[in-house]
Amino acid sequence: MHIVVCIKQVPDSAQIRVHPVTNTIMRQGVPAIINPYDLFSLEEALRLKDQFGGKVTVITMGPPQAEDALRKALSFGADEAILLTDRAFAGADTLATSCALAQALRQIGEKEPVDLVFTGKQTIDGDTAQVGPGVAKRLDLQLLTYVAKIDELDLAGRTITVQRRAEGGVQVLKTRLPALITMLEGTNEMRFATMTDMFRAARSPLTVWNKDDAGITDISKIGLKGSPTVVSKVFAPKPKSVPAQMLDIGGKSQTEIADLIIDTLSAKHAPLYGELFDRAL
Amino acid sequence: MSEAPKPAAPAARGRKKLELDPRLAAYKGVWVFIEHERGTVHPVSWELLGEGRKLADKLGVELAGVLLGGPGDPLDAFAATAHTYGADLVYITRSPVLAGYRNEPYTKALTAVVNQFQPEILLLGATVQGRDLAGSVATTLATGLTADCTELAIDPDNRSLAATRPTFGGSLLCTIQTLNYRPQMATVRPRVMSMPAQQPERSGRVLEAPVELVEDDIIAKLLSYIPDDATDQAQLAYADVIVAGGRGLGKPENFKLLWDLAEVLGAEVGGSRPVIQNGILSADRQVGQTGKTVRPKLYIAAGISGAIQHRVGMEASDVIIAINTDPKAPIFDFATYGIVGDAVQILPALTAACRARLAMKRAG
Ligand SMILES: Cc1cc2nc3c(=O)[nH]c(=O)nc-3n(C[C@H](O)[C@H](O)[C@H](O)COP(=O)(O)OP(=O)(O)OC[C@H]3O[C@@H](n4cnc5c(N)ncnc54)[C@H](O)[C@@H]3O)c2cc1C
Ligand SMILES: Nc1ncnc2c1ncn2[C@@H]1O[C@H](COP(=O)(O)O)[C@@H](O)[C@H]1O
Repeated sequence: MHIVVCIKQVPDSAQIRVHPVTNTIMRQGVPAIINPYDLFSLEEALRLKDQFGGKVTVITMGPPQAEDALRKALSFGADEAILLTDRAFAGADTLATSCALAQALRQIGEKEPVDLVFTGKQTIDGDTAQVGPGVAKRLDLQLLTYVAKIDELDLAGRTITVQRRAEGGVQVLKTRLPALITMLEGTNEMRFATMTDMFRAARSPLTVWNKDDAGITDISKIGLKGSPTVVSKVFAPKPKSVPAQMLDIGGKSQTEIADLIIDTLSAKHAPLYGELFDRAL
Repeated sequence: MSEAPKPAAPAARGRKKLELDPRLAAYKGVWVFIEHERGTVHPVSWELLGEGRKLADKLGVELAGVLLGGPGDPLDAFAATAHTYGADLVYITRSPVLAGYRNEPYTKALTAVVNQFQPEILLLGATVQGRDLAGSVATTLATGLTADCTELAIDPDNRSLAATRPTFGGSLLCTIQTLNYRPQMATVRPRVMSMPAQQPERSGRVLEAPVELVEDDIIAKLLSYIPDDATDQAQLAYADVIVAGGRGLGKPENFKLLWDLAEVLGAEVGGSRPVIQNGILSADRQVGQTGKTVRPKLYIAAGISGAIQHRVGMEASDVIIAINTDPKAPIFDFATYGIVGDAVQILPALTAACRARLAMKRAG
């Protein structure tokens, strides 16, 4: 069985700061991490490999530094890593990204047919959840998004049955391979990499592909050129700033404070107060 | 993949190009995909009709709903409701193959209807169904898609959709436009836009949009649907009252105080991200950027600092009562009422006081 997992390296947004004057992102010192949602997909792929054998290939499209993300994935147990990097990819939106990734996946599949592709549910920087569906459509893979559980994988029969999150419940869907899966967050927990794993990953060879290696010929479909969307403006949120009216609780007991809250609602928000306390029980 | 029918080939790119390629200029009207599952329309569809109405009026074009479904779905009733929320017309595609959402037939049908009637804007809810479908349709149509928008406007310079969304974890906003491709697609999360007032007397047209679909062509089969256990499914997004707790509540045991108050108030319980990450509350109870957007009539925030990622998910609440020990907590910058105090002590007192008030009311 051959599984390919698409991962993206993203800035750890928990540590992003915006320059207060220029409104630009201050990237210096912000660590790059594997998109957290991708880890659920990678772990699921590794579990399938544990169970059925085979091979997990990870691929990322990004700048040369994205190599770190691939090595991390290797340390968790991926077998092979491909870095898709080319200046021609710069400025890609999700449509152009899915185009480049799909072509690279086609190329991977020529050497070694792919049974399953995993992508993350969404990225924390791009956050469109479009790349997965985009890749699936381009390669005519069966698309299974927001998967909570893989019920059955039948490699001989070439079918897969999954539980997929829907509004108010889960759908049990059965379809054929090859399929593209995006895992729901929290469905599994990424395994630990030992020191030995990390050393091994640091020394593993990486495959680096430019657009020609990936077999991309039509450069009008990738990078900035292949991106229908244009960012026309970036700005800081200007939240409406009417500060809270602070309730004066000086010297009051807890009970008095509680009554003060309820009386404030009664005095200033009569309809709400009515709904809260005139409810027929 | 089989190269699906495409809209007119993209014209040459150019920033803020004022003249739209004539082939693309034929794309007219604002559309909202009306999402339904198991007999109910997702309210986000009505919220989008409210927003779509404003865009259509600005452009001087019609607002249409688009409904896909099976023979058992009350599509005509849904269409009538769509009219009362502002749709001028509703396109309906019916087929047994469209009973129950599946990516493949829905993508095929929606793509076909878009190609036939050519809307300039297509809006979908950023729900599990909407996101699954939007990404697939946008790729098939080879057009742009802006996800999770918080504001939609028309750029007066070129009549294109200016879709604003948070980026970099909410620290910045960016406005995205799809200039030389049509339709311009966007998704919006439930509750980000307000629910429009319903006009019960309003009606409109219905247009049947047949699409040929054959079950045998569809590979994925829906084996079953397991409804969520009602008790562990938080209806947070549409709750009228939410009692939310943050890291400030401390020990997991203290979260019982939230549940107690929620029970007395008939409220839902929510939390900030650290609380969900610590496993104290389930993921569907997270409020904020990476959780749910809520707009209840009353939001009680206990021990929540009010970080921007939390704020964006709840600042549209009518009344926000914040309880925090730190007088400088950011939550006090935008809450309606602030109480500087220990939530662990105030919450039980509030629960008792609410219970007393209810008892009093009932006694008459
Ligand atoms: C990409 C990204 C996405 C995120 N998405 C979300 C999201 O969706 N939702 C979300 O909530 N967060 C989100 N966060 C995290 C967010 O930045 C904050 O870290 C988080 O909201 C803080 O939670 P908190 O207020 O509970 O905890 P803290 O920031 O630790 O605040 C605790 C507060 O409790 C107060 N306090 C302490 N003791 C008491 C007491 N006894 N009584 C009353 N008050 C007390 C403290 O003064 C403090 O203000 C996200 C972050 C990132 C980077
Ligand atoms: N540059 C990239 N390289 C590899 N995979 C990517 C890239 N961008 C997005 N993906 C994959 O597509 C998923 C969805 O991304 P997005 O549509 O940006 O939210 C991610 O979780 C990744 O698995």
